[in-house]
Order: sequence, then C-alpha cells, then structure tokens
Amino acid sequence: MVMHEVSLIESVVALVEQQWAKAAFERVKVIRLQVGALGPAEPDALRFCFDAVTFGTIAQGSRLEIELIQGSGWCPDCRTDVALDDRFGACPACGGGRVHMTSGGVLRLAELEVE
Amino acid sequence: MCTVCGCDSAGLERSRRDFGAGHGNEHEHGHEHEHESHHTIERRRAPTPGAWRAGPEPAATSQPADTIDFGAGLAGVSVTGLGQERTIRIERDILSRNAAFAASNRHRILGAGALALNVLSSPGSGKTSILVRTITDLCDQVTVCVIEGDQQTSNDADRIRRAGAQAIQINTGKGCHLDAHMIGRALEIMPPPQGGVLLIENVGNLVCPAAFDLGEAAKIVVLSVTEGEDKPLKYPDVFAAADLMLLNKIDLLPHVEFDVEACFASALRVNPRLQILMVSARTGDGLSAFYAWIKGRLAELAALTLPSAPKSAPPSAP
Repeated sequence: MVMHEVSLIESVVALVEQQWAKAAFERVKVIRLQVGALGPAEPDALRFCFDAVTFGTIAQGSRLEIELIQGSGWCPDCRTDVALDDRFGACPACGGGRVHMTSGGVLRLAELEVE
Repeated sequence: MCTVCGCDSAGLERSRRDFGAGHGNEHEHGHEHEHESHHTIERRRAPTPGAWRAGPEPAATSQPADTIDFGAGLAGVSVTGLGQERTIRIERDILSRNAAFAASNRHRILGAGALALNVLSSPGSGKTSILVRTITDLCDQVTVCVIEGDQQTSNDADRIRRAGAQAIQINTGKGCHLDAHMIGRALEIMPPPQGGVLLIENVGNLVCPAAFDLGEAAKIVVLSVTEGEDKPLKYPDVFAAADLMLLNKIDLLPHVEFDVEACFASALRVNPRLQILMVSARTGDGLSAFYAWIKGRLAELAALTLPSAPKSAPPSAP
C-alpha cells in the first residue's frame, strides 16, 4: 500500500508529539482533524492507515475523528459563492469553468482529547 | 537548550524526559544547532511499552554515502498510566512541518543563488531521460546537480552521474513522494550548486508529490504522448501545482492516438497559467525552448540575488 496519507498521519503524530513535549499528558484519546473535501487527503485513506501508523507512538490507541469540510468556490461569471464538489468542477449555476475554490482545501489537526 | 522541547543542544541522543533515551519528537524551529540526532530520528517500534528508541539516522550505516534510505522503521513509544482528561486545541496545518523544512531548504538554495526545479510525472514518462539530455546539453554552460527520488535502486542516479552531473539518490522505501526533510538531508551531503541548477526528480507518481513543497523555485510536470490526453483532468492536483508542463515523446506522435489540443485544453483548464513545451528527450526536439526557459529563470534569480548597485561615493570632507 502506497499513499501519501501515511505520511500525513505521520505528520499528525509529529504534531501530537510536539504537543506532548509541551503539555504533559499520558494518553491521547481522540485526534480531531478537519479535512477538506477538495484537499489533498482522502478521509477513508487516512482512517485506513491511522491505526498502523500510530501503533507504537504516543497516539497509539487513540480514535480518529474527521470533520469533513465541504467545498465551495466563487464564480466570477455569476459573481456568487457556489458549492463545489470537484476542485476543478464547473459552476453549478452557470456551467462556467472559472470557479475559484474558496474552501474545502483544508487539512488541519484541530484538537486532541488527552488524559 | 532547545526552547521547544527542552533538550540539550549537545548530546541529543538522550533527552531528559522521563521516558528513556531520546524522545523522537520531530519539530521545527528557527535556531541553529546540532539537532540531527533527535529531530530527524528514524524511530523504531519499541518491543515493550514505556521506552522511546532513537534509531540511527537513515543512511548512517551500510549504504553508499550518496544514497539516503528513508524506507526503514517507524515509531517508538507507549505510555502507561492515566491522568486528567482534557482537550487541547491545536489548529495546525498537517503539512506545516513539511512547510517549515521547505522554507529552510528554499533559504539555503536561494542563498547559493541556485535554481531548484521539482520534476514530477507518472512512472515512465521520461523524466530521467529529459534530465540526462539536459545535463549533457547544458553542462558546459551551467552547473547542474540532481537529487533523484525513487522507492528503490540507485539506477537513475547512476544514469545521471554517467551524464556528468553530481547526483544524490534518495530511496523513499515505502514512501510515494519526496518530502522537504529528505531534500534537506540531501542538501547536507550535496550543497546546492552556486548559481547553478538543482534538478529534483520526484518519485514517479502523479498524485502524492503535489502536496509536498520541497523548497523548489518551480514545479515541472512531465506528460508523455503515450499516456492519455485527459491525464491533467484525472490527476489535476499535480498539473494545478506546476509552473511548466513538458509534453514528452513527441517523436512518437505519428504512431499514437494522442490529441495534443485536447491535452493542452485539459491542462489549461486545471491551471490557466501553466506554460507548456513540446519536447522529445530522444531526438532533442523542443529542448532548446526548455533550456531557454531554465536560463530565463536563472537570469531572474540572478537579478534578484545580485548585490545592490554600489552606492555613490560618500561626499568628501571639506
């Protein structure tokens, strides 16, 4: 299995370790990510590799929760905000292809529940 | 002392935390000291809970000095005991760690006045052939160095060296892309060429490398006419991130069904500012335009990094 979601979860673990160095806690219960529907990561792939990548780290045994951030964009032809299912998709209102993504590209570690 | 993690600035194999040797905590910060041994620890799984194990740096043993292997190992800690439950807001971009390494690489590369180009494509589109030809044709005009990324083997770096350029091979092991930390390691062994060109050949993959900034000045995506003309639509992220697209193997156009116009249209749809050149690494067709593009970028860089014009002589004392 080759996918960049593995290294994205490794980066999450590194951020958790960083946090662990600053604020002492003994166990991570929940890791909450915000993942944009139009961003570089596939939520299912993140979930798929999560247990394997976190095994043996401070994040081992934690639960992954993903908040999916829907995509949206701005259509310069309609001069309006539109929902966007596909980063390079056409405007759902006018069919134009010049929509600029305005949200849905995010990939963020939002918060940790620790004890 | 490192103010982020509290480690000593020397003898970093051991941290003073309670969990044993080394904390394996990779983080970025702005100060200069010998951090290699813990910031870039190759972590290994601890067989028993309760111990951090700092493994050796990649390439520390049993590998040629010009090969770095990031393929081995993950992990090491398990912590027992329960404490108070709480929530910590973090709100950090997951790629921020890569971004910090990339910024450091960029600073180093620009400091040398070098032009770094990150070359991306699917496997077999002719990246290495283009690089070999470029080195052969440009080596008497500009210094070219190459960082080669592949999952396994040093075949590509060997090809590059035979063409006459200095090359470092990075083997990513199971990794599907190069990241900025790997490039930083390579630059420690092979500094960016002063005023020259640093070509970074990414792992053949049209998906994953798009998300990882390496500290390059520009991304070049290579597509060959033996692939589908709709690839830019199927794998938009790489094409959207690229500055230049090379359509390679154009000598095969008479023999394949490839709609050049449709290809350009799909590439420009995902990236309206994409520059496109048609080339053949085999015959050399179109490569002079590519070389002109490289020289143009080098000239831009030189203009940016030139020392400011000498100030007029100070007024002489009366």
